[in-house]
Amino acid sequence: MNFVVQLSYLLAAVLFILGLKAMSSPKTARKGIMWAGVGMILATLVTFLHPAVQGVTNYILIVIAIAGAGGLAWWSGRRVGMTEMPQMVALYNGMGGGAAAAIAGVEMLRALRTLPNDLQVRAEGLAMDADISVQAAEAALRAEGAGSVGIAAALGADVAILAILGAFIGTVAFSGSLIAWAKLDGRMKRSQLVPGQQIVNIIVFALAVGFGILTFFTDSVAVVAIFFALGLLFGLFVAVPIGGADMPVIISLFNALTGLAVGFEGYAIGNPAMIIAGTVVGAAGTLLTQLMAKAMNRPITNVLFAGWGSTEGAA
Amino acid sequence: MAIEGFVAIYIFMLAGFAGFEVISRVPVILHTPLMSGSNFVHGIVVVGAMVVLGHAETLPEQIIGFIAVLLAAGNAVGGYVVTERMLEMFKSKDEQKKGAQE
Repeated sequence: MNFVVQLSYLLAAVLFILGLKAMSSPKTARKGIMWAGVGMILATLVTFLHPAVQGVTNYILIVIAIAGAGGLAWWSGRRVGMTEMPQMVALYNGMGGGAAAAIAGVEMLRALRTLPNDLQVRAEGLAMDADISVQAAEAALRAEGAGSVGIAAALGADVAILAILGAFIGTVAFSGSLIAWAKLDGRMKRSQLVPGQQIVNIIVFALAVGFGILTFFTDSVAVVAIFFALGLLFGLFVAVPIGGADMPVIISLFNALTGLAVGFEGYAIGNPAMIIAGTVVGAAGTLLTQLMAKAMNRPITNVLFAGWGSTEGAA
Repeated sequence: MAIEGFVAIYIFMLAGFAGFEVISRVPVILHTPLMSGSNFVHGIVVVGAMVVLGHAETLPEQIIGFIAVLLAAGNAVGGYVVTERMLEMFKSKDEQKKGAQE
């Protein structure tokens, strides 16, 4: 059964790339989205056969979530006027970023759940080798430093790093895209949340980096939760100063970021379809962001840091 | 799992080049639809969300996994609908004639 799943993921990845290629020419654009759509349906359907998907409750929850959110998204996407399209793209993109971050969240919770077990096994091994008591071995392992226990120990260093990076990028894309949606939808007009926004942004970013590193070593759920909260806060703070006219460029940037987050989480859970589709979107989105900024005759740095100098002192 | 170390780095690199290559000659008029289309493509996150909810064993894992599938399904379905509607404006001439005759 796993062979069928993997083969379908491969086919979906091919369809996504061909679809994007077709979407970049006006003549074939409509075919392109259909091909990508077929790839998506195929990948979603075979995932019900994925060996990791188990348990009746989980199956029911999956079906409810897909039908509920899918139906709502279908309805809202059909309903909006043509001029409201960009904010809908922002909204759906934010949801993708949030999903990538949530995947990281579940994987970290799983890692934390298996950690005591992991430590126990290692301590028993050490106790046997060094001829000391299990308690002493456990204490020694803990004293050895953070690197010997923690999320990285349970997931493996490579998986932990990409899961953490993907979680940060995903949370930033989530809250940032929601702000972009709120601004374009006319629900938010403020360009500053706190005085000295740019300094606060730098502090929040530095804290997020610090807690990201802590998350690598931690065995505490609280540290992970704070790390996610900081990511959300940073996305919020970055998006708030950006003006409405620059929003399409920023949405494109968040779109590229979500792609990257999806690619990273794809590595974290060993899903090649996510790695390829996510990375393709990450690269294509980055190029598209540059092209859009160029079409507006504005360097991307201007767009990103526009609010940084000018809002100082303005309330 | 199956993909490790350098193989993963090769995949990231090649997929990145593919991403740059496929849209390198996009006309300005297609910028927004293509942004929307690539937004749909990263809706593939739905399969990852299904897997993590599928192997969730505790209530917190199920709750966060459920949120993941909710958000991802919204991304995929909403992304498709919006892109499809944008691209309706790029119907080829034959299709438009057909539409006019009907």
